[in-house]
Amino acid sequence: MKEQRHHHPPAWAQRFVAWYCRPRLAEDLLGDLNEYFERNVQNLGPGRAKLIYIIDAIKFFRSYTVRKPEFFHPFIKPIMIGNYLKTSSRNVMRNKLFSFINIVGLAISMSVGLLLIAFLNDIYSYDRFNGKGERVYRITNVHTKGRAQGKYPSTSVKTGRLIREEVTGVEHVSILRDDFSGDAVVGENVLPLKGFWAETSLFEMLSLEIKEGNPHTALRAPYSLVLTESAAEKLFGHQPALGKAVRFDSVDYQVTGIVEDVPFFSHIDFEALVSFSTLESRNSGDPDFESWDNMWSNYVYLRLSEDADKGAVQTQLDALAKNENLSEEDTEIRLELLPLYDIVVSEDLRRSEGLRYISPHVPPQLLWIVGSLALVVILSACFNYTNLSLARAMRRFKEVGLRKAIGAGKNQVWQQFLAEAIMVSLAALLLSFVLFLLLRPQLINMAPEMQRLVKLDLNAKLIVIFLLFSILVGVIAGFLPALFFSKVSAMDALRNVSSVKVFRHLPIRRVLVVVQYTFTLIFITATAIGYVQYKNILEFDLGFNTENILNIKMQGNDPEVFLKELREMPEVSELSRSLIVTSIGNAWGGFMRYGESTDSVLVMTNHVDENYLALHGYELIAGGNFQARPATQAAVSEVIVNEQVLKRFNIANQDPERAIGEEVTFSNVQGFGRKMTIVGVMKDFHYGKVDNLIEPTALMFWTPGSPAVVNAKIQSDNIQETMAKVEAAWKKIDPIHPLDAKFFDEDIEEAYSEFSVMIKIIGFLSLLAISIASMGLFGMVVFATETRIKEIGIRKVMGASSENLVYLLSRDFLILLSISAGLALPVTYFFFEKVVLVNFPYHEPIRLLELSAGLVVVLGIAFLMIGSQTINAARSNPAKVLKSE
Amino acid sequence: MKGTNIGEFEELVLLTVAALMDEAYSVAVCDELSTHTGRTVKLGVVHAVLNRLEEKGLVKSQLGEATRARGGKRKRFYQLTIPGKNALVNAKEMRDQLWDRIPSLAWKNL
Repeated sequence: MKEQRHHHPPAWAQRFVAWYCRPRLAEDLLGDLNEYFERNVQNLGPGRAKLIYIIDAIKFFRSYTVRKPEFFHPFIKPIMIGNYLKTSSRNVMRNKLFSFINIVGLAISMSVGLLLIAFLNDIYSYDRFNGKGERVYRITNVHTKGRAQGKYPSTSVKTGRLIREEVTGVEHVSILRDDFSGDAVVGENVLPLKGFWAETSLFEMLSLEIKEGNPHTALRAPYSLVLTESAAEKLFGHQPALGKAVRFDSVDYQVTGIVEDVPFFSHIDFEALVSFSTLESRNSGDPDFESWDNMWSNYVYLRLSEDADKGAVQTQLDALAKNENLSEEDTEIRLELLPLYDIVVSEDLRRSEGLRYISPHVPPQLLWIVGSLALVVILSACFNYTNLSLARAMRRFKEVGLRKAIGAGKNQVWQQFLAEAIMVSLAALLLSFVLFLLLRPQLINMAPEMQRLVKLDLNAKLIVIFLLFSILVGVIAGFLPALFFSKVSAMDALRNVSSVKVFRHLPIRRVLVVVQYTFTLIFITATAIGYVQYKNILEFDLGFNTENILNIKMQGNDPEVFLKELREMPEVSELSRSLIVTSIGNAWGGFMRYGESTDSVLVMTNHVDENYLALHGYELIAGGNFQARPATQAAVSEVIVNEQVLKRFNIANQDPERAIGEEVTFSNVQGFGRKMTIVGVMKDFHYGKVDNLIEPTALMFWTPGSPAVVNAKIQSDNIQETMAKVEAAWKKIDPIHPLDAKFFDEDIEEAYSEFSVMIKIIGFLSLLAISIASMGLFGMVVFATETRIKEIGIRKVMGASSENLVYLLSRDFLILLSISAGLALPVTYFFFEKVVLVNFPYHEPIRLLELSAGLVVVLGIAFLMIGSQTINAARSNPAKVLKSE
Repeated sequence: MKGTNIGEFEELVLLTVAALMDEAYSVAVCDELSTHTGRTVKLGVVHAVLNRLEEKGLVKSQLGEATRARGGKRKRFYQLTIPGKNALVNAKEMRDQLWDRIPSLAWKNL
């Protein structure tokens, strides 16, 4: 008999019954279940008895046993909510300092949340204008050659054809080809247009409406052209454009359709489309055009039919690719389907250089990073609320006790405190909305990419989300205080037990402060380190001079005339021509061989003229400048290489002097297997960005007819005036295209703009985090000194010195801050050393200065606040403080 | 009219409550029914019926004294009310009348 006493029904099942059951029925129901349980323990054993108990507990969940949700209580609720609002607003008014800290802190952090929500809303509204978009996919090509694998958004023309002919379950296929652009000429009117080679089915695919022309045949015939409405208006004004001719590069195209403008939130953007059949007729017979591995500039979109199964289509694609791969030697291509709606937010895809098809793209990792940073800031403000509410518990203690004594349940107290938190967060929403409106233009104008990416416009849906967000923040902030207060017993509260005692062993407040400060320190230290490293990158010694060099892109014009104009300007001291601007991520290259070896190595190149080396201050170790002045690329026979080339091929045992005169074989798009003589060896310089290692690099002679960048060394006191002159000179040679000129240093800054954007964002967030954490700390210090003012008085009377008291009051906070610093600094240091900076082989080491800068600032502010309050308290006159006792 | 007509199982439960006198609480009713009818009677069903009968006003209930058994939970004892007694009597009378209408001759032929 004694043994059975030890068996109890599962506690959670009992609580479950007590939770759902009407109070009137609960007791005897539980009793009955218990009686059965004891009986079953004897008859069937404890295991089965427990199981039966659980089953019965669930089975008793019936309409007559379940309590009605109290939320809908018709009469009492409005009155109580009114009461909550009244007491809450009185409470907010009474504690102006705390309310200010709470509301401002929440508002600042929530404005970040609002920006992020608006941003996400925009990102996820891309392509949603498309009526049947959920069935549209773009083909992703996974290209494996040897060991190198790459995922490309582009694919081959053949892929599109094969899918159209062989794959079932596909409604429409549309091939889009890049590299159509040029100046549209209509009479005197010249307008650069960007566009694609496309098929008529594209309109169906993207649900774009054809305003004029036949939507089914517009792009069928060769040399057909479809313009967007705004492009047609720019070209033809208000005259009808349909049927007219537009000239591109001495070829006439006929306008066969006018399509509506592409919406802002579309991943592809164009002004004109030219029929794909034009290309087909031009390239008929060219085997390369339709080859399986010519996958660099075509995009294939397809729409599945309504009842099609994506998996089945994928299987057919796999089979199709497998079949085609048979004819390739070492290339393997796999086709994947990328849903239209996932194009903007998806993994990074590679792209071949020089294409116009640039879809806005946000890597999901970035969203996660920024999202979690924003979350940290918001949580920090919520922690403030939680901390300050708990700290102020004493004042509310009596109120809660009284409420409970006259019949308030746990739930009601809980609701009251949640309602209060939500009220504060809604008030904060108003303020944060103003901040949102102020910050929005800052965010959009932070980078040109952002302007293209988002609008952050408000709409009804967004406002509703804002409201829900603010309520959620209120719930998070008020959850812990509400829980604590609802657990207060009326006896304790009214028996005059000090709340300090009740809450003394509450570690949660300390934990929250430590977490808050740890994150703040991580933020601010990361900003400091990131900023210093970024500055290092900008001032990095690339191995040549970039100061005061203006790079002007010729955009297809002959540089000779322009050079003549520039030579006449006194501000221009030196001039040179080059194919590309190096060191900012541009690349051009070919394959080099040396001697009898078949070892062919990718060598990055730039084509430059005879003045280029001197103008940029390249350091030649051996040999000299170009001697010959070839007129075509095929005739180029001289090359200047860097040390890496000698090292890679081991030319003349890497002795620069002896390498002069050696012959190499060079192949690129302009010619195969050209023999070239090394005429100079230059010191290694950074051809790529600073996150690339220095690779073998060669300079060759620039020849007329190649694309050109004019590099002009400017010596001027008035840059604006000089730029105006340059612009005037440009207008003389090219009235159509705007001048595209940038100083080298600007180019470099732009090349690393993603870092500067990232630093700005994290810097901004760390500023917010530090101000929120500081406000919270301030509130805590004020509270701590207020509650201990009498203790301080007594200590003073007994002979404690001011220093003693300041130490006593600030000790706790200092311990917490040291713990935070001890956590944050190593974490940040290792994060940068092991994760971020490994990508930058030439980075400077992290110095103690930037590592500790954040700590010094945070500690400085903390000391200031702790100090000012504690010194005040320590100086207080004990006679006044203790008078009332 | 509510309360005048009762179902078969309701009648059984009512009768049991009446028979058990002061000991009529849900588990006891359940056990009693099981022994007398020979079918397995689920506690949940009895509980629901008792609750319904109380809603109809045919029984009334009160909580008993707390004991150490049943996890310290009190029992809810049920008692027949006057309408409950009437409903039982009505049901019995109705049956008796029907019984009486069967001629004894008819029985023998079956």
